[in-house]
Amino acid sequence: MRRNRRLAALTASLFLFLAACAENAPQDTLEPKGPVARQIDNLMDPVFLVAGIVFLLVEGLILVVLFKFRSRPDSPEPEQVHGNTRLEVGWTLVPALILVAVAVPTIATIFDLGRKPADAVNVTVVGHQFWWEYRYDDLGVVTANELRMPAGRPVELTLNSTDVIHSYWIPPLGGKQDVVPGRNNRMHLIADEPGEYLGQCAEFCGDSHAHMRAKAIAMTPQDFDAWVAGQRAGAVAAAAGTPAEEGLTVFNQRGCGSCHTVAGVSTGTIGPNLTHFATRTTFAGSMFDNNDANLRRWLSDPQGVKPGNKMLIPGGRLSPDEVGKLIAYLNTLR
Amino acid sequence: MAIVTPPRPAATAPEQPLNAPIRFLRRPTGYTKGLWGWMTTVDHKKIGIMYLGTAFFFFLLGGLEALLLRIQLGSPENTFLSADAYNQVFTMHGTTMIFLVIMPLSAGLANYLLPLMIGARDVAFPRLNAIGYWIFLLGGLFMYSSFFLGGAPNGGWFGYVPLSRSMPGHNMDYWAFGLQILGISSLTGAVNLIVTVINMRAPGMSLMRMPIFVWMSLVSQFLLLFAIPVITVALFLLSFDRLFSTNFFNVSAGSDPLLWQHLFWLFGHPEVYILILPAMGIVSEVLPVFSRKPLFGYQVMVFSGIAIGFLGWGVWAHHMFATGLGPVAVSAFSASTMFIAVPTGVKIFNWIATMWRGKLTFTTPMLFAIGFVSMFTIGGLSGVTHGVVPGDTQQTDTYYIVAHFHYVLFGGSMFGLFAGAYYWYPKFAGRLLNERLGKAHFWLMFLGFNLTFAPFHIIGLQGMPRRIYTYPEGRGWDVWNLVSTVGSFVIAVSVLVFIYNLWVTRKPQEVGDDPWDARTLEWTIPSPPPEYNFKEIPLVTSRDELWHRKYTEDEHGRSVRREVPEGQPKMEGTEVEPTGGEGHEGPEHVGDHADTEAGDHEGAEHEPHIHMPSPSYWPLFTALGLPIISYGMIYKVWAVAILGGLWTVSGMYAWALEPATAPEDTPVHGPDTSGDEVEAVPVS
Repeated sequence: MRRNRRLAALTASLFLFLAACAENAPQDTLEPKGPVARQIDNLMDPVFLVAGIVFLLVEGLILVVLFKFRSRPDSPEPEQVHGNTRLEVGWTLVPALILVAVAVPTIATIFDLGRKPADAVNVTVVGHQFWWEYRYDDLGVVTANELRMPAGRPVELTLNSTDVIHSYWIPPLGGKQDVVPGRNNRMHLIADEPGEYLGQCAEFCGDSHAHMRAKAIAMTPQDFDAWVAGQRAGAVAAAAGTPAEEGLTVFNQRGCGSCHTVAGVSTGTIGPNLTHFATRTTFAGSMFDNNDANLRRWLSDPQGVKPGNKMLIPGGRLSPDEVGKLIAYLNTLR
Repeated sequence: MAIVTPPRPAATAPEQPLNAPIRFLRRPTGYTKGLWGWMTTVDHKKIGIMYLGTAFFFFLLGGLEALLLRIQLGSPENTFLSADAYNQVFTMHGTTMIFLVIMPLSAGLANYLLPLMIGARDVAFPRLNAIGYWIFLLGGLFMYSSFFLGGAPNGGWFGYVPLSRSMPGHNMDYWAFGLQILGISSLTGAVNLIVTVINMRAPGMSLMRMPIFVWMSLVSQFLLLFAIPVITVALFLLSFDRLFSTNFFNVSAGSDPLLWQHLFWLFGHPEVYILILPAMGIVSEVLPVFSRKPLFGYQVMVFSGIAIGFLGWGVWAHHMFATGLGPVAVSAFSASTMFIAVPTGVKIFNWIATMWRGKLTFTTPMLFAIGFVSMFTIGGLSGVTHGVVPGDTQQTDTYYIVAHFHYVLFGGSMFGLFAGAYYWYPKFAGRLLNERLGKAHFWLMFLGFNLTFAPFHIIGLQGMPRRIYTYPEGRGWDVWNLVSTVGSFVIAVSVLVFIYNLWVTRKPQEVGDDPWDARTLEWTIPSPPPEYNFKEIPLVTSRDELWHRKYTEDEHGRSVRREVPEGQPKMEGTEVEPTGGEGHEGPEHVGDHADTEAGDHEGAEHEPHIHMPSPSYWPLFTALGLPIISYGMIYKVWAVAILGGLWTVSGMYAWALEPATAPEDTPVHGPDTSGDEVEAVPVS
């Protein structure tokens, strides 16, 4: 019977579905790593369960009907039933009651998550095409691409954008919040444990929307304080006679400073602040892990690897020699 | 409008326009055949066919775009499409499938069937009907011309500002003006079909006797009538911003980008119901026929459709749960979103109850209708999970949403429309589609559909966002993306089977008026129907009129075929001669005499004429001005825009001055296309 095979296929895909959740998926929304995401997950678990039960009941009922009432040579002409008020009222009310049962905890959770947490680290998140800027105004820190946060303590994010609408989303830590220019939206995230949590922009924002990734790095409170202290320090000066100094020259000659800030060297604000570039694990909107090979790819052809981004180098592409020197310089910016 | 008039004593046979020296300066008449015949037709059936054919052509284009998207996403870090190409293709895939496929397929079916189902000879405004089609065709071609003129729209079918406002090139201008053109088409269609249903029902066809497809089409046309103006306003604001640097969506001048989203979704959510309601109507026609039972809970089906139509206006902000509306607004829209699931759920149960204790035959239309019910249920359930706002903040803008609306719009609307295509094809074409190929089509499409879109639930919950042209390895999305890509090609194969089916069944067949032993009025007339549809305007005495003419009920309420089918109920002055009606063939003719509804005849010896409106060049002429205006506006060549405007206005004047019926046209079209009805209604 074909219908039975269909049932088998559906059941099989359900099992595969469950199996898939165990797979290594760092942006999995069903593997919460913090209380906000967990609260959402706890709300959704019974909803998915009820939806699954309704799914099985309805599809099962359909299969039974198809099997039982299929036309056979001896089937009589059916009775011309036009309706049944009691039944119809029943299957209006029962789903309505189920939905009320879903709506009540939903609305409670909406208001709960809308509350500002106490004792939070305040961070302003600014969306740019196609990277994230993080400003810790209370702490005097400006960084990019990676949200550094103390584990176990909430971070209160104020979100806005310099260009188009983006959406900030670190699935293991919480749901997404759109980042709308001209508005200050808010959300808060908490990570249970130190670790790295991946996310990415979730609102179409242009050609490299796919490459606008995000990363949250939760640290122990001590490590976080140490990180803050490091970020507050000035830029490391390039030592005379090193490749890094030649790199600084390239940096100045090729106009990098018109878009990038390096404390004490330049004040550009269009691109990420590079003062402590070498302390970051990723760059270019967290598209690349921070290593020499990736830096070479990026600096050699930024438009090729990340179409539509705003890194348009004055005077055309960098030569391999210039790229090498810049990498040497960037690696000193700890 | 079909008009029945008393005979004119001395009508002379008109000159054949095809032989005339200056053909297109002469008013086309009922004799005009061939290409000109199609281009000037005001016959709702021809227009319906053109809608369906054109929309199917766009379906192939939209499907091709889907395949390109799936190839690109079949493996991580694929370079098959560039980012910009991907953005153009996904924007056009969505825009095409919504505005150029599902809407016009529904419009085409409604156009063809509504007059037949309510016992009318044409729609209320035949020339308006024609211009609706031509505007749709030209709007679609206009939008697709962008591919050859610098690039197609690339800002998403939702065109969020400020991105769409600031995108360089003319891509999004094509989108905005293309949608404006299509909107005019939808509005003309909505006005026309609403008036047709309200004013032109046959005697006895009360609202609560109307076939459910008519009801659902009526609701969706009302939704169009009120929704299109909203997006029209939004698109004008956007176009003004892009063309004239106004500041409606300029954030630095203090505007709020959410204004666009409110306007867009205030249109966009009713639009969802515009897309699904006609398919619900189709399924509600098909299930009873192949269950041999009436639709369970007709009244509830009607009222739940109307309820969906009203509630559909109160849920738009559920597309904006992550935009920062605040907990109060979000809670209200969460509740309304859940509430709209109730009338939808009622429909599902009523469809199952329709099949309950029926005598189910699994023809191709039935399979697609059952496919609709089972797949739409999945889309409905995932829709409820979006209503749970905190969960939605994890789901929105991921592939989970993409899965949801494909289960609603493909597993729902498209399956429903295919059910309708197989069901009514014999009426349109006088030929049945091959059942074996039809079943192959269904099973391949059903398999391919689930292979393609079920994995989207998984990768969506695993955090894969929408609208990304590529993704890195190591996110756990690779396998399911590949499965989905394979599935999309299975769908493509199933569509090829459908095309092959159309090809192999091209030879004329004898299908009779009523091949499915159906229940509604369109099956009382020949297949394909004559130009005037009904020789006699039917008198309707019950819902499922045809069924009651064929069957009576025994003491257990079971159907018993009448030995002699009940004919058209007698009206004064007409004779009714029931004929035919053996086996599974319905009555061939319920009455042999043309009837009048105006009471303007004295006896049956007078054969009145059926006046059909004459064809006209002006709808096509008038429609041609709109793309001209749009090209002129986009490229800021004002002379061209003004020329287009003058073109359209002069077309409207000529149209207004043209009488509905050409003086030289004959009342009934002599050498009729159907070829067998000429003698039935004589030409004098």
